[in-house]
Amino acid sequence: MSGTDDSVTDGSTPTEEPIEDDSMPAEDVPTEDGSPSAVTEESDGDADAPTDAETPDRTVHAPEDAGVSVDSTPLEVEGLRRTFGGIVAVDDVSFDVERGTLTGLIGPNGAGKSTTFNLITGMLEPDAGTVRFNGEEITGYQPHEIANRGLVRTFQIARELEEMTVLENMMLAPKGQAGESLWRSVLPVTRGDVRKQETDQLERVWEVLDFFEIDHLADEYAGNLSGGQRKLLELARALLTDPDVLLLDEPFAGVNPTLEKRLLEHIHELRDRGYTFLIVEHDMDLIMNNCERVIVMHQGRILKDGTPAEIKESEEVIEAYLGGEV
Amino acid sequence: MSVDDVRGRLDGLFERDVTLVLAVLGAIYLAYVLAGVAFGYGLRGQLNSIANLTFYIGAFGMLALALNLHWGYTGLFNIGIVGFMGIGVYVTALVSKPPVAEGGAAQVGGLGLPLVVGVVAGVAVAALFGLLVALPALRLRADYLAIVTVAFSEIVRFTMMSRTFQEATVPDTIDLTVAGVRLFSFDPAADTIGLGGGGGLILNYTDPLEALLRLLFLWEPYLGFVAFVERNFIPNNPKPVIDGVVYGIVLLVCVGLFYLLLSRTGKSPFGRVLKAIREDEDVANALGKDTDRFKLTAFVLGAALMGLGGILWYSGRGSITPPSFRPNITFFVWIALIIGGAGSNTGSFLGGAIFAGVLYEGPRYVKNLVEAAFELGDAPRNFGEAVAPLASLDPVPFLVYTLDSVSQLRLVIMGVVLIWLMHNRPEGLLGHRKETASSVDLSRPGDDGSSGNPAAADGGETR
Repeated sequence: MSGTDDSVTDGSTPTEEPIEDDSMPAEDVPTEDGSPSAVTEESDGDADAPTDAETPDRTVHAPEDAGVSVDSTPLEVEGLRRTFGGIVAVDDVSFDVERGTLTGLIGPNGAGKSTTFNLITGMLEPDAGTVRFNGEEITGYQPHEIANRGLVRTFQIARELEEMTVLENMMLAPKGQAGESLWRSVLPVTRGDVRKQETDQLERVWEVLDFFEIDHLADEYAGNLSGGQRKLLELARALLTDPDVLLLDEPFAGVNPTLEKRLLEHIHELRDRGYTFLIVEHDMDLIMNNCERVIVMHQGRILKDGTPAEIKESEEVIEAYLGGEV
Repeated sequence: MSVDDVRGRLDGLFERDVTLVLAVLGAIYLAYVLAGVAFGYGLRGQLNSIANLTFYIGAFGMLALALNLHWGYTGLFNIGIVGFMGIGVYVTALVSKPPVAEGGAAQVGGLGLPLVVGVVAGVAVAALFGLLVALPALRLRADYLAIVTVAFSEIVRFTMMSRTFQEATVPDTIDLTVAGVRLFSFDPAADTIGLGGGGGLILNYTDPLEALLRLLFLWEPYLGFVAFVERNFIPNNPKPVIDGVVYGIVLLVCVGLFYLLLSRTGKSPFGRVLKAIREDEDVANALGKDTDRFKLTAFVLGAALMGLGGILWYSGRGSITPPSFRPNITFFVWIALIIGGAGSNTGSFLGGAIFAGVLYEGPRYVKNLVEAAFELGDAPRNFGEAVAPLASLDPVPFLVYTLDSVSQLRLVIMGVVLIWLMHNRPEGLLGHRKETASSVDLSRPGDDGSSGNPAAADGGETR
């Protein structure tokens, strides 16, 4: 119990409980034992928050029980700028991401998408500008501090921990693990608690593995997985940190169409549960068909920000993609 | 629940490991006993040989385990092992050596505190230096840590040799005065203190074995046992021999404790983060782990264990001198770890045992065996004399010469083994196995039995 309690009490993840009082029949992630919800993993009561794929809109919401300020734009980026030597990689980038949406960030190669990601998640420090997450300014924070607040990223090239098994990869992710303290892991008195927490955590890990249908790979080394399986694992792993907002860096690169479809279904389903996504992607069609909102970057700047329909009609965007540099 | 649970969880992996370790140790010991028989050793000779072997197995086992925490688990490229060992044993000496008055002529004294205090101080200071080295270095990339650590271990060695620190006179009374108020006055037992310079330090404190046995109230029974052996088996003065064997056993017990501590460390969420750092630090960071803290903790713990390893290795000797702490010891430990397989605790110990038994001590035995088997006569005095007869197709002088220089050749043999390993089995004996980093069995809950421990069943070699 302590595991989930810890992760919830640390405050940064108030928004995952999509609809607490919803009486609609739960159409949940099928798990083998028929137990409810794998992935949302709220604390105690709302583990069976329903996720009805047919009525996604209702999940765009403001969670009721949260103590933390919950606005509709958990992630706000303002005036972000970063140069490498003489090259301005990101120049005055401002946007915000609305809660419970799929927002796409697209642009040609070198448009500054990945740099923007790195700036938001603390892997790089911006020269100027601010990043706010759930109302708190997180500019210049360490990556782990940002992740612990519920803003979690995945990487462009799936970065698995290759010589760790899928299970170890998954077990790594949850926050607030008591056993991450050396003393508590080693001392006989406290090791019991650590084991208890790990056992609780394990249940959830298996649920998520089932949800992503990679449970048959559980004992494989992550390095032995195919590209697509790695992407699934990476998303699954990120999810186990109880994120609020997920930043996915090219989640579909190198994924075959079948897996891509599955991955998309998972993302939509998670979105319906209240997770917020910001996705960097090359594939324009994919973004256009799946995101509510699209931000187009070009040469380090934001070129256009709007609905897919608006983007499609934008001359500048077409210019950038077809006329500009590759 | 827990006992059965633990047992079930350990069964597959543990039994295999125990069997393997026992098999390897058995083979090494058997070879040594047989060699002893060939030499015509009596009981005393055999025990001496066994004690010596056990000592090195214990020493390298401990150090390889400690290095495994740094390199095998966390990916910290520490090539300053010997520096931490040296700090450990030198601090122990400073704290526990008797004041000069008791020690006799022209040598540096110590604080004269009990050996236990000295050992604790040695370990603590080694840990402290671990922190000192790690704090700036961990922010750098892996290869820079390597440079920093090797430089550190050389600084330690040169400090030991330095005249500046050779000897200092301790004032008769030390007053601790704060703002004009004398808090307490202290009359240190020590008259002189220092690192002894190039001449090193004579370790004239209590014999560590005696100190340990006294601590455990086993000293009297032990003396009784020695007397018993003297009456029945080894007529004259058996104590040094038995001391050696018992000290070897103490080292093996320490290896066991190291193993216990480190496998607990490894099989925990803490160990899991360490592994993640080894694989890809950015990922661990992006998942919300404060990787600096983990690296620091792991490095300090490993440094402390290396300090303890150094203390246990050297404090049984009569003296320590700076040349004992050259980097070659560091590389010996690395070879041991590479043989065993970085990342596996069992492998680390096995590597230590094999290194000690085969590469470190083995060549000398081979030489003695050959000499016992053939009447070879005197070896040529230099390389020229050894090679010249080859022209007349007489290889014997060359072979004899080679055999005679076997202790130098040992390094060549180690090098060859290392190259061979790198080409053919870079993961070592037990590398790449799934010593799952978790305090619990990770198979699907409620799904026990058959698939209970698939990782252990296949030995983890999926490549």
